[in-house]
This record gives sequence, structure tokens and C-alpha cells, in this order.
Amino acid sequence: MSLPSRIIKLTLGLLWCIIHVVISLFNLCSHLMFNLECYLISSGLLRKYRNLQLSRVKCLAIVVDSREAKNTVKINQLLCWLKTLGVKYVCLYDIDGVLKKFFEPSMNSSRDDNSGDDLDVCANIKALDSSHREMTLECISGSDGKEGIAKAANLLCSTSLNGDRYTHESVKTESVFTETDMASALKSVGCGGPEPDLLLVYGPARCHLGFPAWRLRYTEIMHMGPLKSMKYGAVVKAFYNFSKKYQNYGK
Amino acid sequence: MEDETMRIRAVATLLKFLRKCIIAVLSYGPMPQHIAFIMDGNRRYAKARCMKDGTGHRMGFSALISSLLYCYEMGVKYMTVYAFSIDNFKRDTSEVQCLMKLMEEKINELLENREVISRMNCKISFWGNLEMLSEPVKLAAQKLMAITAGNTGLVFSVCMPYNSTSEIVNAVNKLCAERRYIAQKRHSGSCSNGHAANNGAHSDISVTDLDRHMYSNGCPDPDIVIRTSGEARLSNFLLWQTTFSHLQSPDPLWPEFSLRHLAWAILQYQRVYPYVEQNKKMAKKQL
Repeated sequence: MSLPSRIIKLTLGLLWCIIHVVISLFNLCSHLMFNLECYLISSGLLRKYRNLQLSRVKCLAIVVDSREAKNTVKINQLLCWLKTLGVKYVCLYDIDGVLKKFFEPSMNSSRDDNSGDDLDVCANIKALDSSHREMTLECISGSDGKEGIAKAANLLCSTSLNGDRYTHESVKTESVFTETDMASALKSVGCGGPEPDLLLVYGPARCHLGFPAWRLRYTEIMHMGPLKSMKYGAVVKAFYNFSKKYQNYGK
Repeated sequence: MEDETMRIRAVATLLKFLRKCIIAVLSYGPMPQHIAFIMDGNRRYAKARCMKDGTGHRMGFSALISSLLYCYEMGVKYMTVYAFSIDNFKRDTSEVQCLMKLMEEKINELLENREVISRMNCKISFWGNLEMLSEPVKLAAQKLMAITAGNTGLVFSVCMPYNSTSEIVNAVNKLCAERRYIAQKRHSGSCSNGHAANNGAHSDISVTDLDRHMYSNGCPDPDIVIRTSGEARLSNFLLWQTTFSHLQSPDPLWPEFSLRHLAWAILQYQRVYPYVEQNKKMAKKQL
């Protein structure tokens, strides 16, 4: 590389670094302001956050980066907060299934204990009792995402090819499947479940990390930052912001 | 008058030079290969400025062409836009007709003045169920796809009318039809050979099988998905393809989206790039 090219490249690199340092400083200031706001919300000093209306949050999803999901203390703390706030249904997701493995033993024992109770057919569901509010917890992973859709597709195709009945309708020789067929097939393979109204992402970046596509269509996705620095005030603020949203659903 | 023209030219040249400098600095860091846009906010833009119905969408089209050119200059290889959702058919008939007319007009403009496409050697494809479009729009879209099929530059994918769940079901149907055809061929082959018909045991459908039949087959997953107007949902857009995409929701409405917003989006992407790439590599290893 010639000398002028090297100088230009170094200059560009320097400018690029300076821009990112400035953005980091800006983010640091925003973060400090945000922390202050979260503290004020937690203390109840900000009036508008005092009476949260959670009627629109029928199902809440939490996506956690799998490396951060190993911090089960934080996960339990988050679930406690959500229970206190009155959330009825929480769907926990991480792509590698860390949360599923963590909660599975307690789910199995709760299923055995509550064999008479009316639990959801989905094997991933558990009811968390507290003295005042009951919260349903579902744990899913990457295998419920694209792989779940592949399983459902397999069910539809094999049923069509083998001529077996899986619905009440008579089988057509050349079936053209609809979204309703797909939704039924997903339920049959254990990948059904409600569509979350709100999805909170805990991790370094706002990515849904393969959350089941069929359940993500109109879900509001909010980034909460790393799990280790989660704040109660941030959760309250997310719910408040969600309560102000309006959806057209394409209209 | 001549002075005025010269001044305008000088300003244009200066702006072009500044743009090249900004792009050169940005390009020092990792650049996204594929950016997807949900072009939200056209109607709100028009309403806020008391404009006639349909003007917002026209302004939105100008923003689209500008963004396409900026992406080309930045070396972005794939750009995908959510032009019309299947859900949008629920809107007022007059608005849907207005949108269809606009699409037909703009596609025909691109067909007649191919300067923009030729400059970028742009390959244009339409993702969606084209049978749901009105006949003139469908024919114009098919013609544009055919004319640009051989181009090897920026791949510009227009999703209309599209939604992700419909795309997935379409992939399942195509896969099923493919397997049915193979089974029938095997069956007729076995019968003519006099051997007992083989039921044609297929392997289970895999994620890769479905990938092959998605509209996005051949395109890498988006690195960034930008939804303008501050809305935080995907609205049934590329749900299959966006596992590790950085989702961004800048506040400006789509007609206001400009180079500085795109530059900011790329800077945000560069900050999370190590995390996103690490996740992609881990996912590939597990496959």
C-alpha cells in the first residue's frame, strides 16, 4: 500500500474511533439519566408510573441471551417483580434452552404435585403460585422456533402424503395448506401457545434470537439491556410505554 | 441566472463529496451486507402536513429511491423493503386502489427510465403472493423482475403483498408438492419396472428444506431491520429470517428517513457487531 493510501486509511480509522468514542460517552450519559429515572420510578416519585394498567399485557415474553440466562438468581428476581406487578402469563425464551433445563425439574415436580389441577397441555407450562396472584410460566427454546415449524411442516406433509386424517375435514389428494392448518399443526407438535403482547429482550442487542415466528407477528419488542443490570423501574417503564402504544394491524 | 446554476452545482458537488467522506469513515468498520426496511409513517407524515391522501406514499417512494442509492454507495449488497402487507388489504378500498396505482406507476417508471437500475446493476425481485395484486401491477412486477434477472449488482427485494406466516405456509406447500412429485415419480417408476411400489420413505423436513423454499432463498439474513416512526414490532415481516438481525426503531417517519438516519443505524449496528457475529458463528457450529 502506498504512503498516501496508508495515511488516508489511518485518518479514516481515527475518525471512526473518535465517532464511536463520542457515541459511547453519549450512551453513558443517557444510561446515567435512565438509571436516575428508574430509581425515581421504583421510589414511586413519578406519578404517571404509579397506577400501571396491565390489562393489555395478557402474555409477556422474555428473551434472554443464553449466556446471561445462566444467572438464575436474576431470572428468579425478574419473575418475582413480574408476579408483583400482576403479570398473568410469562413466556421465557433463550435460544440454547438454558432456562428450560433450569425450570424443567421444578415444572415436573409441580406437575406431579398438581396432577389434579387444570394445567395447560403444553409440557413447558408451570403455574407459579403466590399469596395474591397466580402467574403461568412457560419456557421455550430455539427448538420451539424454526425446528418447531419444521416439525409442524413434517406433520402436514406426511399426513397429506400418507392420506391419514388429522382434521375433521376429508383429505384432499393435493392439499394446499393454510395458515390455520399450520397453526393447528404447531399446536399438535407442542409448539402452540399464545402470542405475546410484549417481548422484553435482555442481552447486549435488540435481537429476538429466534423466538417462534408464529408467535411474534404483532408483538412489541423492547430492549432492556443486559440482564445483570436489570432494574425494576425499567420494567415498569416498559409496561407504561406499551400501554401508550396503538396498533393498526395493517389497517 | 448562470451564477445561480453554478452555485447549485457547487453545492451539489460539495454535498456529494461530504457524502463520500461520511461513507468512507463508516466503511472503516464492519458494514452490513443486507438491510431490511419497514417503511412506516407515510400516512402520518401526510396527515401532519395536511397533505392530500396518497401524497405521503409518494414522498415515501422518493425516500425509498434515495435510501436505495445510499445503500448502493455504501456497498450494501442486499436491500429488502416491506412495501405492502397482506393485512393492508383491510384498508379502505380507495386507499388500496391508490397504492396499487402508485405501485404500477412507479414500476412502469423504472421500466421506462432504467438509468437508476443500470447505474446500480440492480436485480429487483418481488417477494409475496403476486396473484393477490391487480393484473397490471402483477404484469409490471413480473416484467421488471425478468428484465433485471441477469443483473449482478445490488439485490433489491420488494415485499408485496407479503407477510411472514404466509411465506412460511407457501414454503411448506411447495415442499409438500415437491415431495408428492418425487413420490409419484418413484411410484410410477416402480410400477413400470414391475417391482412392488415403494412408498418412498422421505427424510423428515428440516429447517434447511424450508429455507430453500422461502422467497429469500439465495439472500443472506438481514443484518439490520429498520422500522421507522418509532414502532417496536415486526408486523409479520421476515420473522423466519431475522433470528440474529439487529432490530432498530428510529423515530423519524419513513418520508423523513435520510442519509444521517441510515449512517446512525449503521453506527449502532457496528457497536453490536461482535455480539451478533458471535451468535451467528455459534448457531452455525450447532448446525
